[in-house]
Amino acid sequence: MSATELDATHNHSHGHDDHGHDHDHPAWLAHHFDDAEQQFDSGKLGIWLFLITEVLFFSGMFCAYAMYRSLHPEIWTFSSQFLNETLGAINTGVLLFSSLTMAWAVRCAMLGQNRGVVACTGMTIACAAIFLGVKAVEYSHKIDLGLLPAGFYVPQVAHPEHHEGLSKWLIYFMVVPGLFLVVLTAWYGQAVATANSVQKQIAGPLSVSALCFFLGVGLGLYLESGEAAEHGDKAHVAASDSHEETHASDNHSEADHAKDGEHAKDETHAATDGAVSTETASADGHAEASHSADNEIISPDVNKPNAAGLFFSIYYCMTGVHAIHILAGIGVLTWVLVKAAKGQFHSEYFGPVDYVGLYWHLVDFIWIYLFPLLYLIT
Amino acid sequence: MSAVVTPGSVQTAEHSQSHRPDPNYLTHTKGFLSWALTLDHKRIGLMYLVGILTSFLLGGILALLLRAELFFPGEQMFSNDGYNQLFTLHGAVMVFLFIIPSVPAALGNFLVPVMLGAKDVAFPRLNLSSFYLWLAGTAFFLVALFSTGLDTGWTFYTPYSTLTQGPVVAATMGVFILGFSSIFTGLNFIVTINTMRPPGMTWFRMPLFLWATYSTSIIQVLATPVLGITVLLLAAERVLKIGIFDPAYNGDPVAFQHFFWFYSHPAVYIMILPAMGIISELMSVHSHKAIFGYRMIAFSSVAIALFGFLVWGHHMFTSGMAEVTTIIFSALTFTVSIPSAIKVFNWLFTMYQGTVSLVTPMCYALAFLFLFTIGGLTGLFLGSLSTDRHLHDTYFVVAHFHYVMMGGTLIAFLGGLFHWWPKMIGKMYNELGGQISALVVFIGFNLTFLPQFVMGSRGMPRRYAQYDKEFEFLHQMSTVGAFVLGMGLFIAAGVLLSSLFRGRKAPANPWGGDTLEWHCESPPPFYNFLRPPVVKDPYDYSRLVYDNRVGGYVERPEDRASGSHK
Amino acid sequence: MIQPWLLADEPASFWFPEQASTFASEVDWFFHAILWICIVFFVLIVAGMVYFVWKFRQRPGYQGSPEALHNNALEITWTVIPTLIAVWIFVRGVYGYLDMMSPPTETYDIEVKATQWNWSFKYPNGALSNDLHVPINKPVKLIMRSEDVIHSLFIPAFRCKTDIVPGRLNIMWFQAIKEGSFDLYCTEYCGTKHSVMQALTVVQSQEQFDAWLAEASKPPEDPIEWGKWLYERQGCKGCHSIDGSLVVGPSFKGSFGTSMEMSNGEKVTMDEQYIRNSILNPQTQARVNFAAKINQMNSYAGKLKEEEISALTAFIKSLK
Repeated sequence: MSATELDATHNHSHGHDDHGHDHDHPAWLAHHFDDAEQQFDSGKLGIWLFLITEVLFFSGMFCAYAMYRSLHPEIWTFSSQFLNETLGAINTGVLLFSSLTMAWAVRCAMLGQNRGVVACTGMTIACAAIFLGVKAVEYSHKIDLGLLPAGFYVPQVAHPEHHEGLSKWLIYFMVVPGLFLVVLTAWYGQAVATANSVQKQIAGPLSVSALCFFLGVGLGLYLESGEAAEHGDKAHVAASDSHEETHASDNHSEADHAKDGEHAKDETHAATDGAVSTETASADGHAEASHSADNEIISPDVNKPNAAGLFFSIYYCMTGVHAIHILAGIGVLTWVLVKAAKGQFHSEYFGPVDYVGLYWHLVDFIWIYLFPLLYLIT
Repeated sequence: MSAVVTPGSVQTAEHSQSHRPDPNYLTHTKGFLSWALTLDHKRIGLMYLVGILTSFLLGGILALLLRAELFFPGEQMFSNDGYNQLFTLHGAVMVFLFIIPSVPAALGNFLVPVMLGAKDVAFPRLNLSSFYLWLAGTAFFLVALFSTGLDTGWTFYTPYSTLTQGPVVAATMGVFILGFSSIFTGLNFIVTINTMRPPGMTWFRMPLFLWATYSTSIIQVLATPVLGITVLLLAAERVLKIGIFDPAYNGDPVAFQHFFWFYSHPAVYIMILPAMGIISELMSVHSHKAIFGYRMIAFSSVAIALFGFLVWGHHMFTSGMAEVTTIIFSALTFTVSIPSAIKVFNWLFTMYQGTVSLVTPMCYALAFLFLFTIGGLTGLFLGSLSTDRHLHDTYFVVAHFHYVMMGGTLIAFLGGLFHWWPKMIGKMYNELGGQISALVVFIGFNLTFLPQFVMGSRGMPRRYAQYDKEFEFLHQMSTVGAFVLGMGLFIAAGVLLSSLFRGRKAPANPWGGDTLEWHCESPPPFYNFLRPPVVKDPYDYSRLVYDNRVGGYVERPEDRASGSHK
Repeated sequence: MIQPWLLADEPASFWFPEQASTFASEVDWFFHAILWICIVFFVLIVAGMVYFVWKFRQRPGYQGSPEALHNNALEITWTVIPTLIAVWIFVRGVYGYLDMMSPPTETYDIEVKATQWNWSFKYPNGALSNDLHVPINKPVKLIMRSEDVIHSLFIPAFRCKTDIVPGRLNIMWFQAIKEGSFDLYCTEYCGTKHSVMQALTVVQSQEQFDAWLAEASKPPEDPIEWGKWLYERQGCKGCHSIDGSLVVGPSFKGSFGTSMEMSNGEKVTMDEQYIRNSILNPQTQARVNFAAKINQMNSYAGKLKEEEISALTAFIKSLK
């Protein structure tokens, strides 16, 4: 979604330059601009305007966040426990680092070091891929738990059971990057075989980036498994004796019933709900809270579709739209990478790198806001 | 061409002896792809023109069907459900497919670079993308039109729009795509006007059409993204059940209205500001006199653009907002009315001691003054809280916004079309036919919408497929007026279309304007100008004189010979 | 039965219906004040336009003098004067508005329930009606809620309207000053039958109102009449006809005792149990071709007593 397509090769559909006009326009200077400075200034203003539109686009969601959080702060406090701060922090660090590599890329472009641009944009794309890999793990984990937008939200139980092996949603998320990895590696192999330097420079970093997606997934999985125990601790105040399973009341959703059923077969957990029962009993005023020993709904006041569900609606909207922008960013970064591989940047023409850099910094900047607002509430 | 002295020939003189004259932008390359993949802003503008006029035809037919159905109080040709779909599509097509793009995309794309003496807009490929985005958005709307029936009204209020069956998601995705078309057009114009002005064209030497376009573009860039996120959230509400507009999930239906109107109010200024820019040009050129109060008009344009962001709540006075909120919105609403009033007075005084020629564009411009004044003044009733409580959601509002959007924007658009038609197409049209079209449109328009003010204050609610018998006579008057209006518009279309085949060739400057577009051929060559011309005052008519041989205006011979520039 | 949309009320003045509430005189006066201000400016502008076009028209021998290009005194005048007028209009508007938004402390409260596409008014003693009856010269407060989409209650003769938003209670008050029947419209688009979602506002003297209320509180003795009374007031009428025509849901006419095909292919006879289930758990069974539309019907569990359900059943039975 680049606003500044200044690739000024002579691809204009109107005819050639036979109108006697002095033709000192090099390939990288668009026909309608008088000089490099005008072209660069135009592009710069253009990308800044585009970034302003992006800020306004996100502002709607930030408004919704502000509105609903101020009206229902308890929902935010409750829901935030399901977000893994470590993963969020890692993503933040990864994006910050990617902004560094991006800025470095701009510098390389200004100095005409096209190989440097290739390397740096490649690293930026790799970081973006890691980010998305971690995100895929976060999302698939939440979907499995039923932490979904309001209309689909499943009230959380004290003992969510854990699947064996990979979440099926995670597998879905890995399909497309997997395809990319295969295709890009093959392409790279072919580039090596034909000794095509430009192609190598494109395919190489891109296949590494595809690999980095899986690096992100691995990182996420490793840290999520640690998180699960941590999450369990948060929901439980103290351990007490093991207890018998009873069935939840029929006000709970189907997923709960499934969990109940499975739980009946599973071993009982060490940390039990004796203390939790007391805890939720004091908060309880609603009929739908069950006090069944194993699968009780924690904090039933807020643990329901029209409360915590609302938080997750906003969570998915904001992080989802942000992730779409990361994907778009990968797209335009690839475009810059290709141009650099072809050696097109020099001191008078580095606009595209600069503009994509600004876009990337904005994407990072938005995440810097999202991280504390969503992850660091308590 | 070389025998007749025309403006611009000074610049091309050195070429005209050695080359054949360049073909103009319409003819210099041929074939479907040369248009489909063109980067020439003039061709893009022309393609937009065809597209939006087709949308206008569709929206207009829907309007005539609506008015026909309303001729009698009960159900005639359409069931209530059918009627509800008609008014939804009429509104959506007119607002999103026609009016918002109309002046900027069709006329602005053509004129902005030429008025700046530039070869193209800053981002030609983005410009073409805008056009294709417009086409794509239109496709979504056609899908909505021909499928199971969208009946939410063009405003898509929740919870109805989240609960109803019907292609709401398709329509809102169409709106989303169209929004990007609008954003990119605005972005393009801001950058073009900022960085590609020719030497000598300071901000206060720009033609007022460019001031208007610039102000409009600011709104397009700042407001439209909010529409984007609004419709995205609406679609997410339907598909993902996010619940933020649904009271069952602790959401707030009125939040949608806030989001929606935060864009849609500035959107009406996107509609009217370019139209006002056209009127500034028309009044000045056809009075052969510089615009009165240039700076006031320029500042008013920017003021309207900025204040327009502060008043969206006046669409929601009865929704249950807190009293303080409504009072503040009412106060701010009145602030926006003042710059518009200033402009009307300045246009009026442009004619004072000018030389007024009542050609077709001027007829439309005068019609604009009349109709926009009514439209603007009736806004006062709606901005004040006690009267609005009675008038909101009645036909009074319908009449008000048709007066400003149609009597304002459409009339100015038609005036601009007639004004720049010779430049864009290179043909003159039948002047009498054009004047007749202006008269018929004017009469038809008033007959259609004046009764609606009365209907509204008498209590006739809007969006009603059936109505009480007491409103019948007024409805019938309105329907008759609508068909007269339609006839006038067909006459206008006929006049312009027949000029394609039978019009005489247009000179470079048929009206005697002094802005840069009149300094190149009609139609312009594809590159507009060889070099950016040196700019003088855009409204200095003293250097122009009518030349019978050419059938248009030329620079005075002595001015041309000495190459004098202010 | 009077169809409200056939009443041909003549407007009381050119612009307005009768002045039937305490708000009307302020609104009407203020409207006319703004109107005259507008007319003055409009006439000035159009007369100026016509005059200038005529006096400075292009004609042989006439040369304009393009010197008059700006005039600060004029600019200031035509900025300041409209601003002052705008301020006055704004302030006067707030004055009337604050009156409309401030119900007196003692009001007669009526609950309004707006559904697609039916009005239901509930009086303090529990009586229900489909038309809004109010006593004259007493402040009345409407407490309005919607169960589905946004509606808006508008009484032109009273000059007031307020939206009805699901999820909240919106308040509107007025004091009627004239006896009679006045139109009450829904004026926020709410779906197919938005245009016919109408009721009457009946203003009566206190004695007549009390008498009416006493009558209205009593459902008819006869079960069939009672069923019909409920049919009209509980929203059934909005979607089910009794004459065989299709509105949204199936017509009740001639349906009792017949065999119907359901959306899951079963054949079911409409009997008392079927009707009771349709009222309490509508989503569990749908006739063929109505599978999608059944989603629009809310359950009446907790809203209708058993005797009322029996009365409705008797009514439906009676519709041959």
